[in-house]
Amino acid sequence: MNRRDFLKTAGLATASLLVPQVNVWAKTSGSAASNSGPTNKLVVVFLRGAIDGLSVVVPYSDPNYYKVRNNIAIPPPGNQLGVLDLDGHFGLHPALEPILPLWKNKSLSFVLNSGSPDPTRSHFDAQDYMESGCPGRKATSTGWLNRLLAQLPDNHSPVRALNIGSTTPRILQGPVASATFKAELKRRRSPIDNEVIASSFERMYEGRGDSLERAFQDGMEARTTINEKLSGEQMQANGGAIQAARFGAFGKQLGKLMREEPKVQVAFLDLGGFDTHVNQGNGKGQLANHLQVLGHGLSDLAESLGDTYQRTVILVMSEFGRTVKENGNNGTDHGHGNFIWALGGAVQGGKLMGHWDGITDRSLYEGRDLPVRTDFRSVISSVIGEHLQLSSRQLQTVFPDFSSNSDTVTGLLKG
Amino acid sequence: MSNSANSPSKAQIKARQKVTHTFMAVLLGLSADASLICNEVLAKAGKASQTRIDRPDAVPKVDSAMKNSREGIAHLLNRTTYGMRPGDIERVQALGVEQYLKEQLSPESIPLPSGVAQVAQVPALTETPLSLFLNYGKPALKALSQGGGKTPEEKKALGKVVRETYGKLYQDAATAHLTRAVDSPRQLQELMTDFWFNHFNVSSDKGLDHIWTGQYEESAIRPYALGRFRDLLGATAHHAAMLFYLDNWQNTSAAYRPVLNNPKAKSRFKGINENYARELMELHTLGVDGGYTQKDVQELARVLTGLGLQPGGGAGLAMRNVMQRRQAAGQLAQMQTNSNAMQPFSRRPRQRGIRNYGEAASASTIPGNPKTGSFFDMRRHDTGTKVVVGHTIQGSGEREIEEALDILARHPSTARHISYKLAQYFVADKPPDSLVQKMAATFTRTDGQIAEVLTTMFDSDEFWSNTNRNNKFKSPHRYVISSLRATDATIDNVLPLLAFLKQAGQPLYKCLTPDGYKNTKEAWLNPDSLINRLNFATALGANRLPGIRVSASQNGDVTDSLSTISEKTVSAIEQAQPQLRQSLVLGSPEFMMY
Repeated sequence: MNRRDFLKTAGLATASLLVPQVNVWAKTSGSAASNSGPTNKLVVVFLRGAIDGLSVVVPYSDPNYYKVRNNIAIPPPGNQLGVLDLDGHFGLHPALEPILPLWKNKSLSFVLNSGSPDPTRSHFDAQDYMESGCPGRKATSTGWLNRLLAQLPDNHSPVRALNIGSTTPRILQGPVASATFKAELKRRRSPIDNEVIASSFERMYEGRGDSLERAFQDGMEARTTINEKLSGEQMQANGGAIQAARFGAFGKQLGKLMREEPKVQVAFLDLGGFDTHVNQGNGKGQLANHLQVLGHGLSDLAESLGDTYQRTVILVMSEFGRTVKENGNNGTDHGHGNFIWALGGAVQGGKLMGHWDGITDRSLYEGRDLPVRTDFRSVISSVIGEHLQLSSRQLQTVFPDFSSNSDTVTGLLKG
Repeated sequence: MSNSANSPSKAQIKARQKVTHTFMAVLLGLSADASLICNEVLAKAGKASQTRIDRPDAVPKVDSAMKNSREGIAHLLNRTTYGMRPGDIERVQALGVEQYLKEQLSPESIPLPSGVAQVAQVPALTETPLSLFLNYGKPALKALSQGGGKTPEEKKALGKVVRETYGKLYQDAATAHLTRAVDSPRQLQELMTDFWFNHFNVSSDKGLDHIWTGQYEESAIRPYALGRFRDLLGATAHHAAMLFYLDNWQNTSAAYRPVLNNPKAKSRFKGINENYARELMELHTLGVDGGYTQKDVQELARVLTGLGLQPGGGAGLAMRNVMQRRQAAGQLAQMQTNSNAMQPFSRRPRQRGIRNYGEAASASTIPGNPKTGSFFDMRRHDTGTKVVVGHTIQGSGEREIEEALDILARHPSTARHISYKLAQYFVADKPPDSLVQKMAATFTRTDGQIAEVLTTMFDSDEFWSNTNRNNKFKSPHRYVISSLRATDATIDNVLPLLAFLKQAGQPLYKCLTPDGYKNTKEAWLNPDSLINRLNFATALGANRLPGIRVSASQNGDVTDSLSTISEKTVSAIEQAQPQLRQSLVLGSPEFMMY
């Protein structure tokens, strides 16, 4: 009997003896029993450190851009390491070339001048607010992604929420459990992956009929599922930067898991290294290296999702933007507005969304930063409202301090 | 924290075997029937359909005999320590429950072993907030790294110094915290320090709190943990770590107009910041339903305008250059890092990147409270009249703050809020209202004497009720510390413990939100976290954590000491290989509870 069969048997035995609700997971562990049909999915990618949005989607047709960024501007299309044209005015950073096909097949969009209305320029506070979904309210103990999960149909799967990393981030904190795994090239075995150790603990926890048993069974089930699905993904690092390889692991592994495990509803991952105060670079350099990794990861994710890509929205966001003018260190400092990226088959892509007022002194927030014209909660609300079919009452639960009616983003998704 | 001997003597081996024998008793003497031996448990389990020993309807007779019984003492130890150590039950039996509690409630009466006292003698805990900033703040580190962090090389050097310095300060504070939690005989003080730290939470992940968090716990929390609530409230309100964490250092009268030497410079003081005022009422005193309004928050914020950091101690200003900072700080603390980037402070006194600090000053002339790192800046204070929860406060300056703290500390909502949280921490996730009321009455009667409130709780029927035994689920923090205590572990390296806490979602000193870490089952029982505990238990029990040795061995018949435990756990342990048994006990469902 392998581990999975053992768990199933244990679960069924538990169900018949003790607690009625336990049999729900026993049923869901068999894939054939699924009767809810394919569900739509949301992936959130958080770029920690505040990415420079103006280097992601570059207003290359605006001469002001080249005036205020002598050293870090990215050349217009057609030049060496120049931007990749999007719409005749804006261009994509050359390192993001892997996701250009998604723009062309109209499943990639950006919401310009979006972000958190809170004026803080502290990474700590701004990330906190963007993850709690309650800007300005410090004592919000749950994350908005967790509150969203609580509003989605409970499919009783221990992998309904995936977190790629090592600890549960703020955004996923709350009563709904998520399964955490590291996207590694080689999966490391933990003591509990040892059959002898696992079955000893199994003997202790099975049949208790309490929340401890439930947590144990769900934890083992999630582990088994993830280990099984990724067993064929022990990828070799194909040379190149280690970080890029690691990122490839994230894209391919997450995509495969979501494709093969239909119960996954939500996934989250975060990446750091975007706080480019010094030597940010232009078409190449520090930021370009990070973007290359990110671009490959997202492109791998889209590809390995397969058909599931059609039912997925991937949102990429960061706590705030960076100063429009470059600083004295060939970098940029903490700013305000930024761009939210939206990818996926459900996205009405190939066009830029949001409001754009140029980058003159008059149009900038406090004379230095991109403004926030669209609240990040508007973007998320319109995505989860349509894509995950939340009612306006449910949206109020996800973003309690926010009325999305005042500031909606229409046309981000396919109707 | 001594190194374990390489080759133990015969006497040591004998002593260890004895410890082993009591080891399981300690681990498993967690539930009500601590005195039963295993055979009786098994016999009993055979009769009962449900093998767990639950008697929710039993109302115990709370008398001295019951309290002093083995199961009474086991329960009391579960709640007044981080978990039982070998021999704890016998020690309390010899002392008597009443005397034990009396000692725990006045911790200074209990002598500290030298190792426990010594671990706190580190700059992270002993230096003042000002001197910590001068010695370890970013400007000082820029000087130490020999550059302003402008070129890639300078940036790299600075990054290294910053990481090592902050890492060292954090690790020193964490080592002191964990060593005392595991080894201090003043266990109730340790628990109360943890309780109040979370009640008045700050996060070492937020900016300058990197350097102040350990000192905050040491000087603003620990001394008052069993004292008067008002003292604790005042100490936290004035400490630099809190002023920075909840942004009150920027809280400034809307009418303030800064005089800036440089017309291009922007003031950090842009008007009212309500963050601290709000949490002061919602979290620290009245509670979210404590009967205050948004208007009260705004009024309290006005009272608190001008209460900030010492000039030169984080708030900028005051010192022109590094040399003056150095004079102000006195001798530069010799940090014990091995960084090659560390250089004598004076070598490059005036390099780029060091901010221009305006007026010269020395430590003795830096205004403010050196103990807390705070400075009340009258220029930024709103001197108008305020009304806070129905009390009128006349504009008088700094005294208004003390007046407001008095009002909040004595408010009946505060008595109730604090009592509820204490009862939740010590008795049950949803504590009985009757108990909270009794405790709140004591809080009010004694003007917030915390030890008195705890005495009321320890005297209550609710505390001793069977319903409230083994009903609390350990937080990861308590789980780790109780494992180390149960196994009589020697800790030479806290890094594996910090790594576990981080993975379990409870990194030490790093709770982001001002409500602090919760201590309920709902907050901590989840699949990922439980599996992490089993991995940790396996590694610890098998002595696989670097720098941590558990002293109990796997010799002897493990079932001898199983006192109260489910049949399943007993049989799982019996069936396992001996070298796995200790890990299984640490990972058992029973060990998750207290």
